[in-house]
Amino acid sequence: MTTLVVFIEHTGGSARRSSLEALGAAQAAGATCIAVLTGPGADGVAGNIPAAKAVILTGGEAYSPDQVAAGVAEVVRAQGAGGFLAAASSLGRDLAPRVAAHLDATLFSDCTAITTEGDELRVTRSWLAGKVIATLTPTGEFFCATTRLNVFPAAEGSCTEVGEHPLGGEARVRVTAIEAAGEAKLDVAEAPVVVAGGRGLGSPEGFQIVEALADAFGNAAVGASRAVVDAGWRPHSEQVGQTGKVVSPQLYIAIGISGAIQHLAGMRTSGTIVAINKDPDAPIFKVADYGLVADAFEVVPQLTEAVRAIKSQS
Amino acid sequence: MQIIACVKRVPTTDAAVSVTPDGKGLVTDGLPYMISFYDEIALEQAVQTKEALGGEVTVLSLGPASGSKEIRECLAKGGDKAVVLTDDEWMTRDARATAKALVAEIEAQGADVVFMGKVATDRDNASVGPMVATYLGWACVTDVVALELGEGGGTAKVETEAGLETLEFSLPAVITTGKGLNEPRYAGLKGIMAAKKKPLEEKTPELEANQAMVASLAPPPPRKEGRLVSDVNELIDALRNEAQVL
Ligand SMILES: Cc1cc2nc3c(=O)[nH]c(=O)nc-3n(C[C@H](O)[C@H](O)[C@H](O)COP(=O)(O)OP(=O)(O)OC[C@H]3O[C@@H](n4cnc5c(N)ncnc54)[C@H](O)[C@@H]3O)c2cc1C
Ligand SMILES: Nc1ncnc2c1ncn2[C@@H]1O[C@H](COP(=O)(O)O)[C@@H](O)[C@H]1O
Repeated sequence: MTTLVVFIEHTGGSARRSSLEALGAAQAAGATCIAVLTGPGADGVAGNIPAAKAVILTGGEAYSPDQVAAGVAEVVRAQGAGGFLAAASSLGRDLAPRVAAHLDATLFSDCTAITTEGDELRVTRSWLAGKVIATLTPTGEFFCATTRLNVFPAAEGSCTEVGEHPLGGEARVRVTAIEAAGEAKLDVAEAPVVVAGGRGLGSPEGFQIVEALADAFGNAAVGASRAVVDAGWRPHSEQVGQTGKVVSPQLYIAIGISGAIQHLAGMRTSGTIVAINKDPDAPIFKVADYGLVADAFEVVPQLTEAVRAIKSQS
Repeated sequence: MQIIACVKRVPTTDAAVSVTPDGKGLVTDGLPYMISFYDEIALEQAVQTKEALGGEVTVLSLGPASGSKEIRECLAKGGDKAVVLTDDEWMTRDARATAKALVAEIEAQGADVVFMGKVATDRDNASVGPMVATYLGWACVTDVVALELGEGGGTAKVETEAGLETLEFSLPAVITTGKGLNEPRYAGLKGIMAAKKKPLEEKTPELEANQAMVASLAPPPPRKEGRLVSDVNELIDALRNEAQVL
């Protein structure tokens, strides 16, 4: 395989795990990787990225996706790379199609596998939110893709060569403000554990038991079914499913969620699935590894206590 | 203001889909269709923009000639005219080829703002919007949940892992719509009647080849058979000792 340019997002002085996963995916497919990064603090992060080389895009003021996309595409061409990869994070999903268009390439979004078969690349992605798994052979001059979060092992190591590439062109879009998400709040697509609640919780207050369980794990995010998002109990950003986020955590706990086809589409690739529902015929039990037929208000607080006890020991 | 709303015809979200015996295609006979969920939001935003700022809404779709029922519905919900770029292979057209066909028509029509869905719920590419903008050299904001639009530019809010971002952009622009931006309206009887007389033009686009070949399609691998546990203790034990996730 060739050289791939991988876009690295960073926060608080280190690379985001999802970006290191994209890098890991490229390396596992046999590519030599060049990391690109930008923004304040990029120079502090660059040397700690496990790539053959890091290139810092310099000179842009506020983050502008059109400037950065043009810059990344220039790096791909300047380095003679065969393509471009990013994590399918919100920033990656916004950036990658622009980079692909600059290279006149199509984009393979949200890939769950990237392999080589002989000389040929193969990518796996889901269509119709996971109802069909497509394995595709890219045939374009450049290969551009984003990787689904929590699927690929993160790359490890460091890099020795750090270069720069100046950003130019017009910034037609600029980020002018960010209202930070609550402190240490994990996004539902990023979190290794998701505790999701549905209409079975009865009211917005019913979600307290979901939040308490997520808290007890420490590394969990709260997820929600569309029914409760539409009812205004939970924000859109927490919705899991075909018209929400597709998540693949190590552990997914569905509480008071019936398991409609559109919901299953968003979580069926999770590592271990636990369903807690008082209806033994709820479709969610068909995808669950462990099902508990019970009233959530009875068993979830018990589960929270038990998880808290285990976490305090370790 | 010249406004375009791009809409795609996709299988309904509750449709069961199956793979053809050769493992290369989807069985499409009898498949129920809808306008992609987010494209309904794009269309609604286009109509609201026209209501606020004046102008005209053109509904643009690359799709089958037989798909005009869904496009008429878009006219019933407030589109003024529609252009269908006929392509019976629309479902397998890749993001780049789709974007380039739309770009040619957007350039021919001229527009100040193009609304698209953040993702079409068939191929889940989430690519066509920013690709169209990049080919046009326009501004683009994606997955927008709040929007203010004026002459020359606008402000958008977007939910990201970092928090709620505010973006400023110039016009012309491509705006891809996220959930929560608006509540799409239903078509009223008056709208349905009016839609019958609105122009719906079919054109044959120039199409580029896909940059991907299907190696194989398959249903998702079945999950390992699960089991019921009788209480929280048994669940904790299973999570610790079997699944090893705790
Ligand atoms: C175009 C379209 C897109 C959609 N996209 C999505 C999507 O992205 N994500 C999504 O989730 N849905 C989506 N849906 C909606 C989906 O079809 C379902 O309506 C929705 O998922 C149901 O949510 P729910 O499971 O919370 O509610 P319900 O179906 O009402 O289920 C509630 C469950 O809680 C159980 N319950 C009740 N009380 C208790 C209790 N005390 N303890 C334990 N269990 C209890 C009940 O037995 C029941 O199974 C979409 C629908 C359409 C048409
Ligand atoms: N065939 C098409 N016809 C019209 N618009 C399309 C088509 N394909 C994609 N789009 C637009 O691009 C958005 C994103 O699509 P995608 O990149 O395929 O997920 C959709 O929500 C539509 O607004």
